[in-house]
Amino acid sequence: MTTVEKPVYSVIGTRPIRPDGVEKVTGKAQYGADVHLPGMIYGRILRSPHAHARIRSIDTSAAAKHPGVLAVVTHGDLPAADDRVEELGETAVNVRELSSNILASDKVLYRGHAVAAVAAASPHVAEEALAKIKVDYEVLPAVVDVRDAMREDAPLLNEARRTKSMGGQVSDRPSNIASHNQFKAGDVEAAFAEADVVVEREFTTKMVHQGYVEPQNATAAWNSDGTLTVYTSTQGAFAVRAQLSEILRHPLARIKVVPMEIGGGFGGKTVVYLDPVAAVLSKKTGRPVKLTMNRAEVFEGTGPTSGTYIKIKAAAKDGRLTAVKATLAYEAGAYPGSSVGAGAMTMLSPYDVENFEIDAYDVVVNKPKTAAYRAPGAPAAAFATESAVDELTKKLGIDPLDFRRNSASRMGTRMVNGIAFPRIGNEETLDAAINSPHYRSPIEGPNRGRGVASGYWFNAGMQSSVTAAVNSDGTINLIEGSTDIGGTRASLAMQLAETLSVPYETIRPTVADTDSVGHNDVTGGSRTTFASGLAVYEAGMDVRRQMCARAAKLWSVDPDDVVYEGGKLRCTKDSTRELTFSELAKQSARTGGPIVGKASLLARGAGGAFATHIVDVEVDPETGKTTILRYTAVQDVGTAIHPAYVEGQIQGGVVQGIGWALNEEYAYDESGRMLNSSFLDYRMPTTLDVPMIDTIVVEVPNPGHPYGVRGVGEVPIVPPLAAIANAIADATGHRFTDLPMSPRRVLEALEGLE
Amino acid sequence: MEAFDYVAPRSLAEVYSHLGNGKRTLFLAGGTDVIVQLREGRRHCDQLIDLKHVPELMRHGFTSDGTLEIGAASPLAEIYEDAEVQRRLPGLVDAASLIGGIQIQSRASLGGNLCNASPAADSTPALMALGARLVIGSASGSREVAAEEFPAGPGQNSLRPGEILVQIKVPPQPAHSGAAYLRFIPRNEMDIAVASAGVRLVLSPDNSRIEDVRLALGAVGPTVILVNTNDLAGKAANAETFKLAGEMASAAARPIDDMRGGVAQRRRLVSVLTVRALNTALQRATEAR
Amino acid sequence: MRRSQVQTRLNGNDIDFLCEPRQSLLEVLRDELGFTGSKEGCNNGNCGACTVIMNGRIVNSCCVLAVETEGAEIQTIEGVAHGEKLHPLQQAFLEEAALQCGICTPGFIMSAKALLEREPNADEARIRHWLAGNLCRCTGYDKIVKAVLSAEPQLQEAKQS
Ligand SMILES: Cc1cc2nc3c(=O)[nH]c(=O)nc-3n(C[C@H](O)[C@H](O)[C@H](O)COP(=O)(O)OP(=O)(O)OC[C@H]3O[C@@H](n4cnc5c(N)ncnc54)[C@H](O)[C@@H]3O)c2cc1C
Ligand code: FES
Ligand code: FES
Repeated sequence: MTTVEKPVYSVIGTRPIRPDGVEKVTGKAQYGADVHLPGMIYGRILRSPHAHARIRSIDTSAAAKHPGVLAVVTHGDLPAADDRVEELGETAVNVRELSSNILASDKVLYRGHAVAAVAAASPHVAEEALAKIKVDYEVLPAVVDVRDAMREDAPLLNEARRTKSMGGQVSDRPSNIASHNQFKAGDVEAAFAEADVVVEREFTTKMVHQGYVEPQNATAAWNSDGTLTVYTSTQGAFAVRAQLSEILRHPLARIKVVPMEIGGGFGGKTVVYLDPVAAVLSKKTGRPVKLTMNRAEVFEGTGPTSGTYIKIKAAAKDGRLTAVKATLAYEAGAYPGSSVGAGAMTMLSPYDVENFEIDAYDVVVNKPKTAAYRAPGAPAAAFATESAVDELTKKLGIDPLDFRRNSASRMGTRMVNGIAFPRIGNEETLDAAINSPHYRSPIEGPNRGRGVASGYWFNAGMQSSVTAAVNSDGTINLIEGSTDIGGTRASLAMQLAETLSVPYETIRPTVADTDSVGHNDVTGGSRTTFASGLAVYEAGMDVRRQMCARAAKLWSVDPDDVVYEGGKLRCTKDSTRELTFSELAKQSARTGGPIVGKASLLARGAGGAFATHIVDVEVDPETGKTTILRYTAVQDVGTAIHPAYVEGQIQGGVVQGIGWALNEEYAYDESGRMLNSSFLDYRMPTTLDVPMIDTIVVEVPNPGHPYGVRGVGEVPIVPPLAAIANAIADATGHRFTDLPMSPRRVLEALEGLE
Repeated sequence: MEAFDYVAPRSLAEVYSHLGNGKRTLFLAGGTDVIVQLREGRRHCDQLIDLKHVPELMRHGFTSDGTLEIGAASPLAEIYEDAEVQRRLPGLVDAASLIGGIQIQSRASLGGNLCNASPAADSTPALMALGARLVIGSASGSREVAAEEFPAGPGQNSLRPGEILVQIKVPPQPAHSGAAYLRFIPRNEMDIAVASAGVRLVLSPDNSRIEDVRLALGAVGPTVILVNTNDLAGKAANAETFKLAGEMASAAARPIDDMRGGVAQRRRLVSVLTVRALNTALQRATEAR
Repeated sequence: MRRSQVQTRLNGNDIDFLCEPRQSLLEVLRDELGFTGSKEGCNNGNCGACTVIMNGRIVNSCCVLAVETEGAEIQTIEGVAHGEKLHPLQQAFLEEAALQCGICTPGFIMSAKALLEREPNADEARIRHWLAGNLCRCTGYDKIVKAVLSAEPQLQEAKQS
């Protein structure tokens, strides 16, 4: 569905086969764990069995003597790290904390915290040796829930931590609350007093994992000349390089990170865990070392997203949302840095609401340090807002989408951070939802209900570099540095083909290592098709300029008299002068050498994305189980470069949201032990748990991109939690405010059990 | 994984010859429990005896009196794909076809499911309801026990040292009877039962009265529980009686609270599952076979 | 550690290899034989990324010991295409955009292949049931199911010709 008039494209909007497709369907594509180097040995990591403990000592002597063991390392083998904050990967991180997360220094802060590592001839031998490492722990009381951690008498993860507030204030008492920020405008209390209806609720969500199917892995070769090569599965090779450089105190230029194919990331593969350990093991042994995690290690030792507590009070007057007061507390995990800020900044974006007051707390707990997960911070916050809005509409007896339409944000509306929206597609998305066949169809039958919810994600810009090398036969090698997780080689090649009006098939995109292309930030924040796409466009324009100059030289005319049109070069002064792209490419050697288009940029103008979802459910009143009957996701994507991958991103995000809403959670016992660190018990949706996911793609071009691209990947996970909660409320009359809405929780609530 | 020896005997006698040598021994049927448990360090062994090359353990078929004899290590898929088994014993197919996904069913065996003795094992309640008997063999001969006598505790069966499970015998089912197995899981596949119920309903020749109900419950006690249902005999096969059966199931359940389910939830679920399984069993009993 | 010699048929070729009893088929395929197309997602039977066809049935190769494959016939993703000629399922996965990261793809293709060899007209419900042992976190399954459905006529055509 096209909502806004858009230009006619020849490549954009088609569905070609992705360049890396054949390798991936034949099993030939090389993922991180597939790396095999001559002389390679295997590492394994010893992890803390305690959620919180002081390490008194580590005795590695018996392990070192175990037959087949080549090296054992602990935190002492990492260089001392500075207590300073650096922009690494998607967010700012404290280098000392990053280093202590790689291998624990004085304390372990969560069960699964890496403590030591062994390299041996086989992974089995390495594992045998782990059992021989003796760690003397002084076990400390653990705190695993965000509200418990905020109490004054809570066990402290770090006695030196003080709460930092906006404006630079620092608390005098130590606390697990790392930071407190506030966003405020208007007068909420006055608006509440005037309101027609007010809803006040508390919500909780549990820690959940990205659940990428490929576990983390890293293979490092510390070469005799002091250079380090690391093959790894990452969303950002340059981010890995930067983190390695900080942790190992090794110059950037002496580290080469080779990004292998990646088996999913969703934000979780922007942080290093294994890479520095593999590097120090390799340095110690002089052999390439491969480290891979097993699934339990992925759950317990990598970054999931925060469990949250959110309190919200929302008011409506005259059929519009008028005021929201909210408190958000997010678990950061073992070290500060949750996504609570993004939660606070996105939770009201679908609305033009004048009065708000949002307090955001970043809280450390004895659980793994959280990492980004698809629209980090936004889903839990939207769960609260969109559930509260649903209740307001029920109380008012207004259609929930009409209410959202009446209160909708549009160009010029200010976000909670004060920045005004550029052209956005929120209203168009709502209109498309209202007019969708799904929303217009009735929902019938007992125990069934329908829910809707909206969501927003900023999308990121950041740094990208690409080069487009034109070959003498007219084909093009596109060298880029953005990890291809879900078809971005295709979406970038398509943008270059469009820019140059050449066939898509003539372009061969390659994701290069850090030695072979300029800096690229992570594939994350829905930025790649947008920002690297912008770089591709610029590189394409560079090629066009160079080709015009070459043609001018050949024809001995002024370059201004040459135009590039439809893949051809034409002289405006002499209509007999015309060359196709490949004809001219053939002449490059005779006209001044190779033609290489380049672009390196810091992309601005990322366009925010809105989504509205509609879901029908049936709840079995005797078992509490929810079945998703029908799901439609409506989303403004700006311009769908490759519509099939756009739909795929939406469908994948929705299904992750369904899992989060219904079954996924980190289950802990009181001691801080995760009880369900396997795919059997951490219940992600299977084929049988979801229907086909219908998508309605709205295209309101982003003015900040030549082809109108907005990020697509993240916003689809924002609305599902609330949409499903609203549908369950519609089906059962019971409002669920705690996730997951598992059969147990639903049954207990419906039947008043326990 | 710790190191162990692997042997693949070709006959029962050869299996027995590997026992009693002081080595910690585990058996390998489909391996879907034992390989995972060894890898995770939950079990340990010095030798792993692969049972899949012993012909008796790998075949199944009906005897002339209608007993289904199943070799303990036969993969589930081979059993539930058999059209004769589907026709005669749909209650067994219910259970066999929902253990794990297809990949698991290509390997997993009834013997492994029984011997692993999880209280949530899916085949166990179904086999108990059907009145299955288990043939246990050793170097000194064999003995038979009823399926309900086999589990000894969570993860513990009642095999004595030197014994293995050889065969599962499902007797011919009475006339006017029907069986069914149902479990509750949060997803729709790839989950371990939160609660389950296997039933067999025997009706009077005119289908009006219940002659006998066998009811076994999974995941609501340290072992699968066979419920005493004597009070149901003579009652009409209707919703009211089934509700009573559900209440009996709830009362017999001794569930614990763990990450897979809660006490009250499990009590409620066994009752719901019992009623639903009885309805299916009734339908099967009254359908012409 | 003592290693056993195992003879087996892999993608139609007789091979033999040495392994320890504790090594899984997946481990031997990937680390010893260099067949890295089968993937490890969980190493305990829960994700299906390691699915191979063994003696005509799909199995999780992480839950099979390599020593058990003595005399077996094994098919992995590497044996599905013939040179540049893709299997109709592979082609359908490409055309339907049924992969994003692609780590689950080899497992899905092996499972789906075994299904369509038995039930060439499997419908959506049957396909979903058969594939429930394969996890995909990227696609939401929609396009995977559609790809399998769309491969059915192609496969039948390919068989007839
Ligand atoms: C992903 C996954 C999903 C699963 N889903 C389910 C499910 O839904 N329902 C369910 O009930 N189970 C499930 N299981 C568990 C398992 O698949 C079953 O218990 C299966 O039936 C075990 O059979 P097996 O042949 O693989 O046993 P094995 O692993 O080979 O053996 C299991 C145990 O029994 C012993 N043993 C085996 N055969 C004999 C014998 N003949 N005599 C004496 N001892 C013997 C072995 O020593 C071992 O200790 C699942 C497992 C996995 C990995
Ligand atoms: S790796 Fe074998 S099933 Fe997951
Ligand atoms: S495509 Fe990534 S897991 Fe399926």
